[in-house]
Amino acid sequence: MARKIRVLVGKAGLDGHDRGAKVVASAMRDAGFEVIYTGLHQTPEMIVQAALQEDVDVVALSILSGAHMTLFPRVWQLMRDRGLNDVLLTGGGIISKEDMEALRKLGVGDLFGPGTPTGAIIDYVRGWVAANRAGKVGSASGTGRRA
Amino acid sequence: MSASSETSGPASTVSPAATLAEAVLRGDSRSLARAMTWVENGDAGAEGILEALYGKRPAAPRVGFTGPPGAGKSTLVAEYTRLLRAEGIQVGIIAVDPTSPFTGGAILGDRVRMNEHATDAKVFIRSMATRGSLGGLAARTSELCELLDAWGSQTTLVETVGVGQSELDVAEAADTTVVVLTPESGDAIQALKAGLMEIAEVIVLNKSDHPGADAMEAALRASLAFRPEAHRPPIVRTVATARTGFEELHQALREHRDYTSRPDVAASRRREKVRARIRHAVREGLLDAWLRRQGLEELLDGAAEDVVAGRTSPYRAARDLIERMTHHGERSNANAS
Amino acid sequence: MANGRTQTPPETPASTGAAPAGAAARSGAPAEPRFETMSGIPLKAVYTEADRRADLQERLGEPGAFPYTRALFPEGYRTRLWTMRQFAGFGSADDTNQRFHYLLGQGVTGLSTAFDMPTLMGYDADHPMSLGEVGREGVAISTLEDMETLFRGIPLDKVTTSMTINAPAIVLLAMYVAVGEKQGLKPSQLGGTIQADMLKEFIAQKEWICPPRPHVKICVDMIEWCAANMPKWNSISISGYHIREAGATAAQELAFTLADGIGYVEECVKRGMDVDDFAPRLSFFWDVHNDFFEEIAKFRAARRIWATTMRDRFGAKNPRSWMLRTHAQTAGVSLTAQQPLNNVARVAIQALAAVLGGTQSLHTNSMDETLALPTEEAVTVALRTQQILAYETGVANVVDPFGGSYFMEALTDTMEAEALATIKRIDEMGGIIAAVERGYPQKEIADSAYRFQQQVERGERVIVGVNKFASDADELSIPVLKIDPDIERRQSERVKSVKATRDAARHAAAMKALRDACMSDKNLVPFVLDAVRAHATLGEISDLFREAYGVYREPAVF
Repeated sequence: MARKIRVLVGKAGLDGHDRGAKVVASAMRDAGFEVIYTGLHQTPEMIVQAALQEDVDVVALSILSGAHMTLFPRVWQLMRDRGLNDVLLTGGGIISKEDMEALRKLGVGDLFGPGTPTGAIIDYVRGWVAANRAGKVGSASGTGRRA
Repeated sequence: MSASSETSGPASTVSPAATLAEAVLRGDSRSLARAMTWVENGDAGAEGILEALYGKRPAAPRVGFTGPPGAGKSTLVAEYTRLLRAEGIQVGIIAVDPTSPFTGGAILGDRVRMNEHATDAKVFIRSMATRGSLGGLAARTSELCELLDAWGSQTTLVETVGVGQSELDVAEAADTTVVVLTPESGDAIQALKAGLMEIAEVIVLNKSDHPGADAMEAALRASLAFRPEAHRPPIVRTVATARTGFEELHQALREHRDYTSRPDVAASRRREKVRARIRHAVREGLLDAWLRRQGLEELLDGAAEDVVAGRTSPYRAARDLIERMTHHGERSNANAS
Repeated sequence: MANGRTQTPPETPASTGAAPAGAAARSGAPAEPRFETMSGIPLKAVYTEADRRADLQERLGEPGAFPYTRALFPEGYRTRLWTMRQFAGFGSADDTNQRFHYLLGQGVTGLSTAFDMPTLMGYDADHPMSLGEVGREGVAISTLEDMETLFRGIPLDKVTTSMTINAPAIVLLAMYVAVGEKQGLKPSQLGGTIQADMLKEFIAQKEWICPPRPHVKICVDMIEWCAANMPKWNSISISGYHIREAGATAAQELAFTLADGIGYVEECVKRGMDVDDFAPRLSFFWDVHNDFFEEIAKFRAARRIWATTMRDRFGAKNPRSWMLRTHAQTAGVSLTAQQPLNNVARVAIQALAAVLGGTQSLHTNSMDETLALPTEEAVTVALRTQQILAYETGVANVVDPFGGSYFMEALTDTMEAEALATIKRIDEMGGIIAAVERGYPQKEIADSAYRFQQQVERGERVIVGVNKFASDADELSIPVLKIDPDIERRQSERVKSVKATRDAARHAAAMKALRDACMSDKNLVPFVLDAVRAHATLGEISDLFREAYGVYREPAVF
């Protein structure tokens, strides 16, 4: 069974503008990813619990309400607390360059602004998983149990 | 690997699978999630962990929920979970969604309706894509259920949309299969009748406050009338959004469990499930063989050409093909006889 | 127009290298340029007498007469210019009050209030869900005291106010009436609009408290109460804007919005209201995007469909019930973060389309809105754009200047036909509420949004400065408005202090009466008004609704 990239796509905070999140989720599906879509109005606790149970490679959050400087650090911290050290936290929204930089310093991955082609996000996720997760699932030396 | 971060034992002497198994038995959710990924991917460690966990904890009752799209399955599962949690029962949920045959990807969106349990540590929700594996889904579902048993699930709910193959796999993995319908699903069951109604052990008529509920129930009863009394699934009316009917559902599931735990029943049920599975495989196989004999693939080439060139629509082309193939089939039957 | 031209994709640009393979394979790349509107309506190179319908005159009517295709008033903007209404709101009530005074000083003729996310979702500033969101996207209003601060120094009988609020709209309406009372004004003296359109929330904007049916019931309560008590108040603004911004095409925006309107009218009629008692106070709100002619046709088709529907389907007799009055806003989603100054040009063209389409009121977006809340400078340029249209270009001098154009009439007819077909499908599903419950409009819109994105990524649809004519030096240099993070703490403290100092017995009694009313069929407006007078907070009233009606989880449709 081929390894699938699993990505949680969700909306953090209160804003309901899910156009971007849905477009990205659809594009990821078409790129062959398994997308766990958690929908709207997610608290950091809900997001991290879902990421943990679904054992995702990547958490991708859409935040358009301007609350990104509160929500990303909180999700990041909860991920650390729950041992999700090998999971990428990324996302998009209306986020200034300096805020992106501040979040990157914290450990959050690349963040994407309006007008980003979905292909760029998919390439980024693929690249990150290849560099950080590939071969880490199951036994690295293992051969497939089933054909 | 984070699995090893869960335990600080001497990693050199203990296999990663054993370490992970131990953590799952302690009820560690992160390790359970990772073990599920191993099983889903068919990783080398999967067998070891399943073996290590086998029989370590009592098997939780497994209830499968299936039905046509839009029947309200996720909401029903979420609301039934609420009832189970109120009784202090630890719950595992596996939500199965189809993998796109075109891209191999999937959008797994069932958690959206289960948000209220999103932060409850005693509820573990896992979304699983069918990954297009013929037959493998039932085995994988059973294995995920075993992992949930080891983690401490006391009731495991498996949800899948009933439009083809996956509901049969889920039924095979489940102790009780609940088919969820609504007053609006009349057309859907006509189409799915063979597959869906056959596996129903409890029928839920959800959205039963909608117009047409009584007529739907009557139609269901009529269609079940030919079955022997003992095999006639009870019909439970619910309104998931208003939280009504769940005590009745709970009771129906308990009764079904009591009934199926009788040794004679258990054996015959196993036979029934295998029988349904074989029947499905035979039907699919025969259909495939017949279609091949009719030269479907070649006919498709021509039809696709016509659609692309704008000479016809896909639906009209399909109708024409069916027409041609059935006439042809009847003629050849007539010739044979 | 670049946008109308569907082009052969440029040779594998780097940005589209990873374009979804399956989707590309399914739709295929166009072999030659096709010409169509943004909604996908095919376009001829030239329209002639042969495209004109025989019954054109009847379908047009005179300006100011049924079916109002041309205009609501015989002399159009000569009678009354459109209202220049700029949406504002951020930070605390005090901050926004200052912005209101600034705008009034700049010649704005109507106020328009943007609320922050917690307020829109019915949470007080001190609720855990409000974390990080207070005052960010709009003004934070939790209490009657906040509302008084918001309108301090503004006589409410001298301005009209638009409030962009939906799920807890009944609370904000009550607060506005209560502030009016404190200024010595009766509800009948207050003019303005409250959005209060929940159907489009479930379809597009996704801000709600309860499931669709109780929410729509509350909308109808407001329509009913305003019809009896606030003759100058628009009790609903049936909004296509958010539907469009969520990804709908112009044709879908037209169809779903009118279907929403029909849904509200049906619910009001079911309650036993006479259609002519409330229909004149229904108002609409359209988006205006880049496809110039299609947008103008949309306004014209909307007026004709609404007039015909109200007269023939609902039997309205008062011509005011037939008239689709509308606000419009330029398309936020059309603005680009890249080369943001280009947005000034986009907004000007969109605003022109709205004016030629005959809007009654207009908001022009600021060039920096895709980056953050607009700065004062950017807001001023947006307002000046409207003033240039009104006072320099002469476009307001003649009614419906495109009337009778072969092309415009054909396009209006096509938009109308597509919308009517969709409305029919929704009727067959049992009406718009049933359609929303099964996710039909949601799915149609998500599909359109994804299709649009794919077209952009394949280079078939041009966005200047993004996938064509992009420049390396597009680092923005316009200043961006910052919100003081301390606002959240201060606002939370104000809420706590109101709760601590109010008359507890009066508050408890008002809340109990409201709770009982929720369990009955009674109109809730008077009960909410009493609760607000007793200093019940927005969050407390919303919690009561959650308790009484349950919380909504939408179907995940893709």
